[in-house]
Amino acid sequence: MTAADPQQTIAAVWRIEAAKLIAALSRIVRDVGIAEELAQDALVAALEQWPQDGVPDNPGAWLMATAKHRAIDKLRRDELLQRKHAELAHELESVLGEANVNAEAALDDPFGDDVLRLVFTACHPVLSSEARTALTLRLLGGLTTDEIARAFLVPESTIAQRIVRAKRTLSEAEVPFEVPHGAEMTQRLCSVLEVIYLIFNEGYTATAGADWMRPQLCEEALRLGRILAGLMPDEAEVQGLIALMELQASRMHARTGPNGEPILLLKQNRARWDQLLIHRGLKTLARAERLGGSRQRYTLQAAIAACHARARNADETDWPCIAQLYAELAKVAPSPVVELNCAVAVSRAQGPAAGLALVDALFAEPALGSYHLLPTVRGDLLEKLGRKDEARMEFERAAALTRNARERELLLARAAGCD
Amino acid sequence: MRFCVMVRATKSSEAGQLPSAKLLADMGRFNEELVKAGVMLAGEGLQPSSKGARLRFSGDKRTVIDGPFAETKELIAGFWLWQCKSMAEALEWAKRCPRPFEFGDCEIEIRQVFEAEDFGVEFTPELREQEERLREQVAKSTNR
Repeated sequence: MTAADPQQTIAAVWRIEAAKLIAALSRIVRDVGIAEELAQDALVAALEQWPQDGVPDNPGAWLMATAKHRAIDKLRRDELLQRKHAELAHELESVLGEANVNAEAALDDPFGDDVLRLVFTACHPVLSSEARTALTLRLLGGLTTDEIARAFLVPESTIAQRIVRAKRTLSEAEVPFEVPHGAEMTQRLCSVLEVIYLIFNEGYTATAGADWMRPQLCEEALRLGRILAGLMPDEAEVQGLIALMELQASRMHARTGPNGEPILLLKQNRARWDQLLIHRGLKTLARAERLGGSRQRYTLQAAIAACHARARNADETDWPCIAQLYAELAKVAPSPVVELNCAVAVSRAQGPAAGLALVDALFAEPALGSYHLLPTVRGDLLEKLGRKDEARMEFERAAALTRNARERELLLARAAGCD
Repeated sequence: MRFCVMVRATKSSEAGQLPSAKLLADMGRFNEELVKAGVMLAGEGLQPSSKGARLRFSGDKRTVIDGPFAETKELIAGFWLWQCKSMAEALEWAKRCPRPFEFGDCEIEIRQVFEAEDFGVEFTPELREQEERLREQVAKSTNR
């Protein structure tokens, strides 16, 4: 039983406390990498002591006190550091002095400023998007290297290296542990939202492998998004992103059939859509729009997802509204993929011929050269127009381009259906 | 995974006593912490069972029974829906909850919510439909 298993309790406490712990330590030692190692040391100490002595009443404060003592030990041992950062060590002593008076004082971060700093540091543009993703899951999600590796279907050593390198890069680039301001803030927030959405999408539509989705990553992204929303409650696009993820996740269980094969949105059994997530998503979307997000990329995408969520059946879908939202989205976030989606919406609103004209215009777009959804959509429209031979060729082309095994099966089945 | 975290009723909650300002503030802080951690999906407090009703199914008969109900400790006074990684995490959060009532012993019960995949593929309507079709076909061919 879980109540008796200290290992599981420690893992749970770590999950709850890791971000706060690493964030507070980062403020003290001013290096995310060192902070993470210190937090890990405290975790190891817990793994050694708690099974024997029992879980302390305030496990978070215990981890924090342990980590801070290791921090000062480390700084004392490291003569070079001590010489170079005599001032820092002095500062730390005084922090610890206060902390000893009240063990929880240094853990106190009522406005979550430290965690927010950690978010912006882990998602710093000096890092590659892969590095940002791994580091965010590690530092803020409290996931182990092994868990991250399994979610991304790569060897554990790859993720371990990625994290080590990311921490080194941050240290070498002397990235300050702070929340950006002004114009830089807008740009840096984009990077943070991008990382969260990347994690979500990695879970929602696995780009490779036999599994169509890995729901745990979606849950993780939603959790990170909600944490960010708690820290920045008035940022429209943070709300927009959460709304988008909630509305998309609401369809998670309806997206695959009994054999794991994908079911397209319009063929999904809407009774299996998660009404709680839809309700939350629509509420969050309204908040994003109230905060002025209506013309921003995540909020617009959430508004599109909301059109589907509001329709009780596929025939009730408000396609003209969706087409309009896509057109708007193409203005703020120009992308051939958005144009393609717009073409699909137009085909629904005005008929397959109107959509096909837009799709054909996209064939000149080099960015879509190897994008399997372009021939998929074209095949679908051609099939609707009764041009079966051309449709079959497009489905076969799409099947050759996709990296997802389940999707390939579906496309080949559709090609066969055109005979 | 999701957990339904239920606060069991007490004599005072069943009597309709409202929590003190301090408890409300403590609970508010706890809820805020849950929201900020991305854990809370929903949460509500329930009115006493004297304002509730039950529907009893017996054969084809449906009987309405008005509250209040006697077995106080088995009643629910409020609930949350949490998104957690494990039962251990849900338990850790529950331990951080302020005492839900100021007087007497009280309990919180944590139950994992079924997810669609827990039911297995047999329960998906698609497959059931498919199976029914197959049965019909078999029936037809054997009748022939």
